Amino acid sequence: MKAAVIVFPGSNCDRDMAVALENAGAEVTMVWHKDAELPAGVDVVGVPGGFSYGDYLRCGAIAANSPVTNALKAHAARGGYVFGVCNGFQVLTEARLLPGALLRNAHLKYICRTVPLTVATTDSAYTSAYEKGATINIPIAHHDGNFTADAETVAMLEGEDRVAFRYGANPNGSTGDIAGILSANRRVLGMMPHPERAAEASQGNTDGKGFFAGLVSAIIPA
Amino acid sequence: MKARVFVMLKNGVLDPQGEAVRHALGALGFDGVQGVRQGKVIELDLAEGTSEETVKEMCEKLLANTVIESYRIEL
Repeated sequence: MKAAVIVFPGSNCDRDMAVALENAGAEVTMVWHKDAELPAGVDVVGVPGGFSYGDYLRCGAIAANSPVTNALKAHAARGGYVFGVCNGFQVLTEARLLPGALLRNAHLKYICRTVPLTVATTDSAYTSAYEKGATINIPIAHHDGNFTADAETVAMLEGEDRVAFRYGANPNGSTGDIAGILSANRRVLGMMPHPERAAEASQGNTDGKGFFAGLVSAIIPA
Repeated sequence: MKARVFVMLKNGVLDPQGEAVRHALGALGFDGVQGVRQGKVIELDLAEGTSEETVKEMCEKLLANTVIESYRIEL
């Protein structure tokens, strides 16, 4: 399985994401934001966490209009897999690949700690390795993770089983405790928590390993 | 020519920063501040003859996130 990880100026979780994908069996290429094309034959594109373009204007707003993002949109439009973590989730909402937006945390504080998440659906490559309703502990580290969308959009996400993860104890004010969502075709996922920071024993927590294992095994049929 | 774009969170979208400013004003003894909304002003220095339509396109594509924000243009 071929994966690409996009690197924007200010990305800082790109290498962790690449290592987690490699450990799960993917062949990973790093792609610079100025590249107008993704490597040929890429199955999955990861949009990492960090502070792309210094969070100028709005988190993810400039990245959502960079050259590589046009290639990313084309990849998603032809049914390719795309996932964004933290700033990556913000980029995907700004690029309109996912609905809603991420506002400043309700209590205005930057939060950096491990939180319990509930796996809300197993109907996606990303969540297929988990049991539905399982609780996993995954680190969060964000200032703008307060997911918001209008009532119609939230009802659509809920009705179409497109909430991937929910917070056990809502840390940031997100509507419906939503921590991660899926696109209509279930191949684009955005989430604020960082599974790549909990994907091997040396990190002290392997609850995020199933995210990458599920993704890689869903794309390479056994 | 100059244009100013005022970007605000839409009505109904909670503005936690505005709320914090309201509390701070109360703590300073300013009574009766019933609400604070915080937004941004973007000043554009444009080529003469740039149309309002073009500025509107800039707002839609980049300057505002219309999922959560509204904008107003002053030419």
